[in-house]
Amino acid sequence: MRYLPLSDADRAEMLRTIGAPSVDSLFVDVPDAARLAGPIDGLPDHASEMAVERQLSALARTNLAAGEAPFFLGCGAYKHHVPASVDHLIQRGEFLTSYTPYQPEIAQGTLQALFEFQTQVARLYGCDVANASMYDGSTACWEAIGMARRITRRTKALLSNGLHPHYVSVAETMARFTGDMLVTGRPELSPEGDGAALLAAIDGETSCVVVQYPDILGRIADMSELAERAHAQGALLIAVVTEPVALGALRSPGEMGADIVVGEGQSLGVGLNFGGPYVGLFATREKYVRQMPGRLAGETTDAAGKRGFVLTLSTREQHIRREKATSNICTNSGLCALAFTIHMTLLGEKGLRDLALLNHARAVAAAERLAKVPGVELVNDSFFNEFTLRLPREARPVVRTMAADGVLGGVSLGRLYPGADALANGLVVAVTEMVTEEDISTLAVALEEALK
Amino acid sequence: MTINQSGWRPESPAQGNDPADVPTYTGNKALMLEEPLLFEIGDIGRTGVDLGERPRGESRLGGLERNRSIGLPGLTEPEAVRHYTRLSRQNYAIDLGLFPLGSCTMKHNPRLNERIARLPGFADIHPLAPIDTVQGALALIHLVGEWLKTLTGMPGIAMSPKAGAHGELCGLLAIRAALEARGDARQVVLVPESAHGTNPATAAFCGYAVENIPATDEGRVDLAALQARLGTDVAAVMITNPNTCGLFERDMIAIAEAVHAAGAFLYCDGANFNAIVGRVRPGDLGVDAMHINLHKTFSTPHGGGGPGAGPVVFSEALAPYAPLPFVEKQGEHFVLVEEETAAEHHGGAFGRMVAFHGQMGMFTRAAAYMLSHGADGLRQVSGDAVLAANYILRSLDDVLVAPFGASGPCMHEALFSDEGLAGGLSTIDIAKGLIDEGFHPMTMYFPLVVHGAMLIEPTETESKGALDQFIGALRSVAERAKAGDASLKTAPVHAPRRRLDETAAARKPVLVWKEPVQSQAAAE
Repeated sequence: MRYLPLSDADRAEMLRTIGAPSVDSLFVDVPDAARLAGPIDGLPDHASEMAVERQLSALARTNLAAGEAPFFLGCGAYKHHVPASVDHLIQRGEFLTSYTPYQPEIAQGTLQALFEFQTQVARLYGCDVANASMYDGSTACWEAIGMARRITRRTKALLSNGLHPHYVSVAETMARFTGDMLVTGRPELSPEGDGAALLAAIDGETSCVVVQYPDILGRIADMSELAERAHAQGALLIAVVTEPVALGALRSPGEMGADIVVGEGQSLGVGLNFGGPYVGLFATREKYVRQMPGRLAGETTDAAGKRGFVLTLSTREQHIRREKATSNICTNSGLCALAFTIHMTLLGEKGLRDLALLNHARAVAAAERLAKVPGVELVNDSFFNEFTLRLPREARPVVRTMAADGVLGGVSLGRLYPGADALANGLVVAVTEMVTEEDISTLAVALEEALK
Repeated sequence: MTINQSGWRPESPAQGNDPADVPTYTGNKALMLEEPLLFEIGDIGRTGVDLGERPRGESRLGGLERNRSIGLPGLTEPEAVRHYTRLSRQNYAIDLGLFPLGSCTMKHNPRLNERIARLPGFADIHPLAPIDTVQGALALIHLVGEWLKTLTGMPGIAMSPKAGAHGELCGLLAIRAALEARGDARQVVLVPESAHGTNPATAAFCGYAVENIPATDEGRVDLAALQARLGTDVAAVMITNPNTCGLFERDMIAIAEAVHAAGAFLYCDGANFNAIVGRVRPGDLGVDAMHINLHKTFSTPHGGGGPGAGPVVFSEALAPYAPLPFVEKQGEHFVLVEEETAAEHHGGAFGRMVAFHGQMGMFTRAAAYMLSHGADGLRQVSGDAVLAANYILRSLDDVLVAPFGASGPCMHEALFSDEGLAGGLSTIDIAKGLIDEGFHPMTMYFPLVVHGAMLIEPTETESKGALDQFIGALRSVAERAKAGDASLKTAPVHAPRRRLDETAAARKPVLVWKEPVQSQAAAE
């Protein structure tokens, strides 16, 4: 077996040192009833590298990859161009095959990269501090709601109806067990979000208001007023950003008064991966840092006075604080955080702004073109790289028809909100820098055909 | 006499003061390179990507255009590659040597798995893509799920949990949902003292009161104490097996029977499944739910702290409560059961734990690992892992105290205590001494039930030569510690950094980079 270096002679010599007759005898403590005498039934034996590659490549080929078709899917996962050097660097064994940096003297590479990551995320979000990553945007969102509960000692969370329905779903699952009360709803196919309704709903029992920016339909709304009202009532404003590239063009949530900003970092460095692994971003105000979940890298000095980095404030965490921890999170998304940071470093502020403006320009062009398809209306007044169309009929079969013709034309709201008739005609179209003018024309034609 | 015309001739190293102590202009020491922070070398106008002309056109951003600098410095590609390559060289890694972190399972990461994970058909597909366009991806998730069910002998599976702790949460939520379904509001979860910290943290998160189960002198769960405590208020017992002392819980079947007799569920922390994979099916032990860290047993890379993946297998009793979404095979077609179709297929599901379907990038790697090893190879994996740990235990138990050395063979990890060290030296000093010897240290001070615990997990991917070198190094450091060698207090001296001041880091946390005050003033 190519991955197992011990020879039979090695094994015999090691058994002599141990004083055991056989490897099987080392499993003497396993009850006889549960100890298998030979390889487990029902599974094949080992296979060569070539055979495994052949089998799994065949499986991979049956999928329609985003890069093989005009591609317009978004809603929480975006296809961006990731520079080749990102993947090269994260595949260096020193990053790929290292562990959580518990021994900082020999983990400065990971720790310094995490410190850079935290600084980039905090600046992008307009916050004081950020952690070293969460699993993904949806779990980061839930953790933020839990953090607001701990800070305010209140349990009522107002979730904007523009929040990604899967994020809402995750929060609902958790709230069922934690006793949090969530106020939620479904969006309407209109240019306005539910900002006014949220403003009216904030009261003295509210722990937090959670808004997505831009929201699930791609709409963009100023959250300053919500922040003011929330603060006046002793509540927190949580902003959720599923598309970090948007913040290259848009004002940051922190600037508008958000207390906790969380989101998905997948757009930068990570790739689509059919939903995971992704990287959750989490930032907040300095004064709340001890209520924040997750790992944190911090600066310090070594015994010789040199600057170095360590994991810090671990007294919040499960391995120290056990049942009193701020979260049970342990393994996070370290390598994806590194990919995010390297991509962000390659972009720099100039690159990020240019990328964001390019996305926006493409999206504007696409929206104008698609709104000319007979019967199709653009719902949004405002959007970044993603907008919603109202089709003259149910969008879900239209998406399937276009897919059958090799065009991945968007996400139907019927898929996200099954059973919601008022949303069934909605189609969310994402347009990144990867989309060409030709792709836009192809989509317009495919949409027109599918609607016939 | 000259050897050649250039005048060069071989020399012996000069004698005298150790020139290694002489400071260099750069602070570098040959291949040990210092690297500033990105924020000290980058510039907000510099970039490593070419996007062409900035487009002009109508803005539809709702009047919220960014009007302030973000403060994100960039680097060109050569600078970025060098910056992160130089940082990488300050890390220890499995690729460099034995990484004996107990309970963490740092085994070799096969590179085929990386290639498979990057196939566009797996890496470049969107989680909301039409189901007909991702049949191969669903088939792959299904394949990994079937392997895990077969290897554990358990009928139900949840693939979406993102890591071990998330899997624990999934298991406990299913237990709670099952109890609620029968109208049984139990309040307590029992956890052994030696448990991973994530166990009590997870139980508390689900709203349970956490109580400890004591251990026997031989390092196993005290069955009598457990039986005495079980009652109608206990929802679940969380057991790690093999446990964190590196021992198999001999009484596991009796524990399961007692737990079930009391109407509770048995959760198994599967972090140590690598010790028994292919040899023991947890289903045969009476386990109701168990998470499997794909980044441990199935060798998806740890990546400096993730991403992991924590699928959960379920017994018949809990399978109906597994979370959404999940993959189901209907004839030759794979479907994704989500909220919409859950009612007809899976009414008891407790909900959704993450936005999408779990860690696809880890499933592809784990699939390659499973197919490569096969049933015979996986049996060899656990055999060699346990053999290597016992070899370390018996090669060092004359110099270090093995508190449970008389409790029979260990499983995949060997546990020592700091008993017998002199001169105020402790486990941490041995650990830092090992760093100077070119090794990553073992897990320190865990499990909590052993004083100054040193938990060593060599894994099956080390050669005998590598094991012998590690044993020699640890023996040497342990002997120095027993002799009270004060120089260990200052170790490491050969690493990129000396010991770091963690107290100062926590007292005044500096978590983001800020412009030095001086240069700010100069800029104003």
